Amino acid sequence: MQSQTLINYSLYLADNTLILAQRNAEWCGHGPVLEQDIALTNISLDLLGQARSFYQYAAELINAANPGAAPATEDSLAYLRDVYAFRNCLINELPNGDWGQTVLRQFFFSAYQFLLYEKLKQSPDETLAAIAEKSLKEVTYHLRWSSEWVIRLGDGTEESHARMNKALDELWSFTGEIFEAAPFEKAAAEAGYGVDPASLKDAWMEKVTDIFTQATLTVPAQRWMQTGGKEGKHSEHLGFILAEMQFLQRAYPNAQW
Amino acid sequence: MNINITKYYYGDIPEEKGGGSAAHSESTANWPLWEVFIRSKQGLDHKHVGSLHATDEKMAIENARDVYTRRMEGVSIWVVESKYIHASSPDDAEAFYEPANDKVYRHPTFYDLPDEVKHM
Repeated sequence: MQSQTLINYSLYLADNTLILAQRNAEWCGHGPVLEQDIALTNISLDLLGQARSFYQYAAELINAANPGAAPATEDSLAYLRDVYAFRNCLINELPNGDWGQTVLRQFFFSAYQFLLYEKLKQSPDETLAAIAEKSLKEVTYHLRWSSEWVIRLGDGTEESHARMNKALDELWSFTGEIFEAAPFEKAAAEAGYGVDPASLKDAWMEKVTDIFTQATLTVPAQRWMQTGGKEGKHSEHLGFILAEMQFLQRAYPNAQW
Repeated sequence: MNINITKYYYGDIPEEKGGGSAAHSESTANWPLWEVFIRSKQGLDHKHVGSLHATDEKMAIENARDVYTRRMEGVSIWVVESKYIHASSPDDAEAFYEPANDKVYRHPTFYDLPDEVKHM
C-alpha cells in the first residue's frame, strides 16, 4: 500500500542505517588493530547496503505517489535532504568516542536491529520482508561481534572497564528513544507491515542484561531519556555528518564517475 | 588512545605453561599469532591463507571471517595458534626429501586400469 506512512517508515529504516554506517566509516584507517579496522568497516558497509535497499524502496514509493514530479532516487534521498528530514535515532549520530563507546553503541543498536528484522521479515509487505531477511544475517554477525567486544572490554583490565562505564554513561540516555514509537511507526504497526518498537524493548533488555552480566557491567537505573530524532529534531552532530557526507553531491550536482 | 599490545611473531614464541589462550590471558596484553586455513565452496581441504593476531579463539575466527572471506573465498575456517604448528627445517631438506627421487618402484603406476574404474 503506497501511503505516506510506508514512505516515512522506509525512510526511517534507511536513515538509521545510513547515519550509523557513516559514523562507523570514520574509523576507517584508525582502528586499534588492522583486523578490527576491517571488521568495523565491514559492518559499516553492511549497514550501507541495508540503507540502499530501504532508500531504493522509498524512492519507488515516492515516485509512484507523485508521478508528475522530478523522480526521487536513493541518491537524492540520501544526499539532498536536510537535517530536519532525517528520522534516525539520536544514538546513531553521536560521536564515536573511543573504541569502547563505538562497540557499545554497535551492541545496543545491533541488538535492536536483530529483534526488529526478526519480526519485520514476517511483514506482509514483501519488499520490507525481503530486506529484513537478508539484513538479519548481517546483523546476527554484528550482534555477535559487538557482544563479544563488550564482554572483552567490560571484563578486561581496570582501564577498559572504566572506559566502558564512561561509554555507558554517555550512551544510556539515548537508548530509550529507540523503543518509543514515532507516529509513523505506530501507524505502520497498526497497518500490519511495520513493527512497534515498544514490543521489542523487553527482549532487548534481556539481551543487554545477559551480556552486561558477563561483562561485569551494571545496567543503569531508570533515567530520563533523550528523544526527538525520529521527528527530525536532531543534535548538533547530524549537521556536521551531513555536511561531510553531502558536500560532494551538493557542490557538483549529478556528478558521476 | 594508548593501547599496549605485545605481539609475538612466529619463531620467537616462548613456551607458556598451560598452553592455549583462554580469555583470561588478555590481562597480559599478549596477542598471539594465529594461522588461518580456509576451505572454499568447491574445495575439499582447508588451505593456508595467512595469519593474524587475536586475543582468543573466538576473536581469531571472527577476524579470519572479516579479513579472509570478504570476497566469498571460503565457507569454513580453521584457526590454529602458530606456536602449535611445527615445521620441518629447511636444513633437513636434503636428508628428508631427496632419497625419494630415485625410487620409482614406490609409485603405483605399473599396471593398467580398466576403463570402468573411475576416480582413481
